[in-house]
Amino acid sequence: MKTSNGSFLGTLGLVPVLVLVGIGFVSAEDSKSQMPEKTQASNLTNNTNGTTNLAPQKAPTVDAKSGAAAFVNIAQVLQHPRCMNCHPTGDRPLQTDESRPHAMNISRKSEAAGLECSACHATQNSDEIGIVGGPPGAPNWHLPPEDTPMIFEGLTPTQLCEQLKRPKDTGGKDLAALLEHVSHDALVLWGWNPGGDRTKPPLSHEQFVAAFQTWVDSGGACP
Amino acid sequence: MKLLINGKQVTVDVPDDTPLLWVIREEVGLTGTKFGCGKALCGACTVHVDGKPKRSCVTAVSSVQDKPITTIEGLEATDGTLHPVQAAWVEENVPQCGFCQSGQIMAAVALLAKKGKTVTDEDIDAAMSGNICRCGTYPRIRKAIKRAANAMEEPK
Ligand code: FES
Ligand code: FES
Repeated sequence: MKTSNGSFLGTLGLVPVLVLVGIGFVSAEDSKSQMPEKTQASNLTNNTNGTTNLAPQKAPTVDAKSGAAAFVNIAQVLQHPRCMNCHPTGDRPLQTDESRPHAMNISRKSEAAGLECSACHATQNSDEIGIVGGPPGAPNWHLPPEDTPMIFEGLTPTQLCEQLKRPKDTGGKDLAALLEHVSHDALVLWGWNPGGDRTKPPLSHEQFVAAFQTWVDSGGACP
Repeated sequence: MKLLINGKQVTVDVPDDTPLLWVIREEVGLTGTKFGCGKALCGACTVHVDGKPKRSCVTAVSSVQDKPITTIEGLEATDGTLHPVQAAWVEENVPQCGFCQSGQIMAAVALLAKKGKTVTDEDIDAAMSGNICRCGTYPRIRKAIKRAANAMEEPK
């Protein structure tokens, strides 16, 4: 979801902002609510422990070892700040390469109270309209919904992999839908064109999509 | 370019990437919306686009063409009756210097449109913390929001 960048806070001075916010309304704790977004379910099966899992869409064409190895690289991208900052463990998005909690007490509760991410995050980085040091932006800047928060922070590659295969966690997206999402979603693509001095994920987008394709073709083999 | 501001259509001749705040103040002449930081850090420039808060200082004007824009001047009724949030602000004597207050009021109106009478301190913290007041009027803002909530109808 959202990623505020190093230059934004670094250039403008996070400290004054926090100080001002600190004498205002802020109580800087994580909260537990969020925002909705629905996708379609497909290929769902029930397993023995009562959770719903994805059935493979077709027989794997890549061996499990190669798929699992590809996922290790995928995980490095998902846990890079440009991706992970909008996939936090709590309700507060993170910002900068240090993945600090978002300034101004922003959380999913903010959206529930009428303040959407897009109040400040426009459809393009603000420096593209001449606002140096303003917030980053891309179309549909948002956090994953509360009921499917798609946490990337603090998970092992194996846990991440398993999460991506549980439709109850992905909002019903199957592997093919996830591949489509990481290949074309404008907010995902922003991670590779973040502007300013924001760092980029360790793989190029092409390499990332290729690794994702390998993982999907393995039927979602986990490390 | 055509804009719909406070229910009136206006035509402006500006580059697409001009910040909405500049257009509102300099082209349309509505100076109630303030310029504070110019970087989405203080909330002074908050207006509503499609009924939702937007920091007009970082909003390219071309992105809000034909979307209803409301500024502080558009809150009161056509007969001059103040919006319940404005009335509560008067009752609680909220402003000190006043510079941040149109942004605070626009943020509070959006908050109460979502939460109405159910608004809590936590909701106020979540929705209003990006609106900075150098004069520290936060306690009065909080009281005024609660007063307005009691005076308002439930959100539909
Ligand atoms: S002037 Fe727009 S947020 Fe400060
Ligand atoms: S009343 Fe002075 S900045 Fe808020």
